Amino acid sequence: MIVDLPATTTREVSKALVRVRQSMGAITLGRVMTLIVVTDEATAATAIDAATEASRQHPSRILVLVTGSRRGGPRLDAEIRVGGDAGASEIVVLRLRGELADHGDSVVIPLLLPDSPVVAWWPIPAPPDLAGSPIGKMAVRRITDSSLAANPRRELARRRDAYADGDTDMAWSRTTRWRGLLATALDLEPFEQVTGVTVKGAADSASTDLLAGWLAIRLRCPVRRVVGPKGTGIVSVRLDRESGPIDLVRPAGQADATLTQPDQPVRRISLARPDTADSLAEELSRLDGDEVYRDALLRGLELISGRERAATPAPARAKRRPEPQPPSRRKSPRLEDLDLPSEL
Amino acid sequence: MSPARVSRGHNPLRQAADRRLPRIAGPCSMVMFGVTGDLARKKLLPAIYDLFNRGLLPPGFSLVGFARRDWADQDFGRIVYDAAKEGARTPFDEDVWASLAEGLRFVPGAFDDDAAFDELADVVRTLDQERGTGGNHAFYLSIPPGSFQTVLQQLERSGLSQPRPGTWRRVVIEKPFGHDLKSARELNSIVESVFPPDAVFRIDHYLGKETVQNLLALRFANQMFEPIWNANYVDHVQITMAEDIGISGRAGYYDGIGAARDVIQNHLLQLLALTAMEQPNSFEASALRTEKEKILAAVRLPHDLGKSTARGQYAAGWQGSEKVRGYLQEDGVSSSSTTETYAALKLEVATRRWAGVPFYLRTGKRLGKRVTEIAVVFKRAPHLPFGDTAARQLGQNAVVIRVQPDEGVTMRFGSKVPGSAPLTVRDVTMDFGYGNAFTEASPEAYERLILDVLLGDPPLFPRHEEVELSWQILDPIERYWASHGRPSPYEAGTWGPSTADAMMRRDGREWRMP
Repeated sequence: MIVDLPATTTREVSKALVRVRQSMGAITLGRVMTLIVVTDEATAATAIDAATEASRQHPSRILVLVTGSRRGGPRLDAEIRVGGDAGASEIVVLRLRGELADHGDSVVIPLLLPDSPVVAWWPIPAPPDLAGSPIGKMAVRRITDSSLAANPRRELARRRDAYADGDTDMAWSRTTRWRGLLATALDLEPFEQVTGVTVKGAADSASTDLLAGWLAIRLRCPVRRVVGPKGTGIVSVRLDRESGPIDLVRPAGQADATLTQPDQPVRRISLARPDTADSLAEELSRLDGDEVYRDALLRGLELISGRERAATPAPARAKRRPEPQPPSRRKSPRLEDLDLPSEL
Repeated sequence: MSPARVSRGHNPLRQAADRRLPRIAGPCSMVMFGVTGDLARKKLLPAIYDLFNRGLLPPGFSLVGFARRDWADQDFGRIVYDAAKEGARTPFDEDVWASLAEGLRFVPGAFDDDAAFDELADVVRTLDQERGTGGNHAFYLSIPPGSFQTVLQQLERSGLSQPRPGTWRRVVIEKPFGHDLKSARELNSIVESVFPPDAVFRIDHYLGKETVQNLLALRFANQMFEPIWNANYVDHVQITMAEDIGISGRAGYYDGIGAARDVIQNHLLQLLALTAMEQPNSFEASALRTEKEKILAAVRLPHDLGKSTARGQYAAGWQGSEKVRGYLQEDGVSSSSTTETYAALKLEVATRRWAGVPFYLRTGKRLGKRVTEIAVVFKRAPHLPFGDTAARQLGQNAVVIRVQPDEGVTMRFGSKVPGSAPLTVRDVTMDFGYGNAFTEASPEAYERLILDVLLGDPPLFPRHEEVELSWQILDPIERYWASHGRPSPYEAGTWGPSTADAMMRRDGREWRMP
């Protein structure tokens, strides 16, 4: 059911929500949060789809703020969607124009669910000072995606400089399965220290940087970032150990990855990039601060050597030069093709 | 700065704060017996696809089918493909499928065929070498208990049941775990003669349901329920598992077993234990088990089993909009069968918390609808300051945990009828529903259980001691029934025989309409 409210007020929208609830029975019960989606007209449709999909696991009231042209008089057009297309949620699309376009925060305040958390998501490039922005101040969790920026790695540096607890980045949730596989590999014998790490990924992959940062913090060993062609995301991770390396490799453009360890057969696994709805659902399942992400972002990035345009110079680079060990490479020819260090 | 320490049990990449990191099983394979059965096709194979799709199965995971079919690997692949496409909860993706299909193997043979099991042992060894399953293998026996002995002996003979040091072999068995205490012990001694107790995983898929786990969260994570969760406030508890289907072609299994052995012994007594148990010291398997076993050991039967139990057999009738046969007319059922398709019992839990609070358990086939729920019904308020007629429509407060199909929690309490003057109070219900859409997105019970088997994480699996205790509760009732008359008929599509209603009325209570 879709209710159109052209040239309306928030008071009318609230009333219409109550009316819809009464006419359709108990549809608004059991909501766990309000999700504010800050977007523009071009992205609105795909963002709504992803939010609807993700909210199947997290029934929410979804407020979609679509910022339109700032010209002309202030105007609010609203659209309420419940049942059917809206999945387990109720969706209110709010289109703001004129002077009102700068006051999305005021528009959502009367529509927030009582006594439940507010989460904000920017499916478009987010404001630099995220937690300080008007919508960001309301939210306990602020979801961005560095990969949407023109320069994702510079964006990541910006997120780092403005970090506040509750910030989170889909570039980080896209590392989850990689992290899970690497952690599982270390759960098993042989139990050896990791003496060096090489992480390869696209020049524009913020996920690769975060993954490398996380490994640097957790493993306390030198981590080298190798840059590959743009648009390929994370490509490979090598963990060096005394008995030989663990290689997790996903060739550019493929959904299948291989896990290679010394004296063990090559294991195959499908490791596709999660779509936006998957990443959003993962982000919504936790509403408190994510210390692991915080550490990877604030402390991890500067521990990596070999990053292009690293926000802080990588002091360990000179010392790390002799590091790569040719003998261990021979065991996995696949990596040799990929591991051409394009930045050195 | 030296690199982080890595040792058994200490993995620097795992930290408690990292709640995102999934639990992925280590290298392993699953060998499934009975792949042609209903359960495998409808539940197990789709669950394996879903787990694989969610990235929770290890790289190189392999699935070996064993059945008496003249199939090659590809034919088996076709079966798994169809089952996954039909039954998977997560979207079907051909790429993911292609990756899973690489690890499918099939071994044809009968359970008493030595050569077939030797071949199976070969296949498993080859998987270790080719796909890196690491010597870790789980054997899922989705077969009738009558064949357990043969298969288990074959696993032992062919060396499949013995792990090398540092690897594991596990066996998964489904209910029924025997049909009485004696047979349960026999079955157990057969299983445990081949696999050590820690390697035996008994699947009760109800315990894998989100709602059952949520029952623990509801009780022990909240402050508002536990203070009233006792005999001071609770009048009685009703635990219901109703099915709308008949025996649907399973006469061979069902006839002679009946509703009580099929459902009460395992599912309902487990639900009772989870509802009634004290807070476990932790959610570790052993701590949970300790509390459940204490409750099962404290269950008492009423003295007069004739007055506090009821059983029935469905007769022809209308199941909703469909005309259906009676139990005695089902194919393969003798016309003089005394097997009950409905069973209701009253039990008491002899602990301080529950003294005097009856637990009513009921289950049946061909009942009004398919529903499983736990209803905790509270005592009436001791005094109502409204006058005689105001609260006439007010029932007892209740907290209902709906296990299926519409998973969630319902609370029932009194509220003023709007506009009523003089003031009138009536029952209203407040629902927490995950919603249909939510249940689609939440993992199916078998996914959780299969993953737990591969991870070796046993909290949700009943141990043999619990199985024995449950039979100790049920055996006297079965003996009483065997020597006292026969089940009373009830029309299909209704809520059971009138004897069950009479049993409640004797206590001044009524069955809830679920």
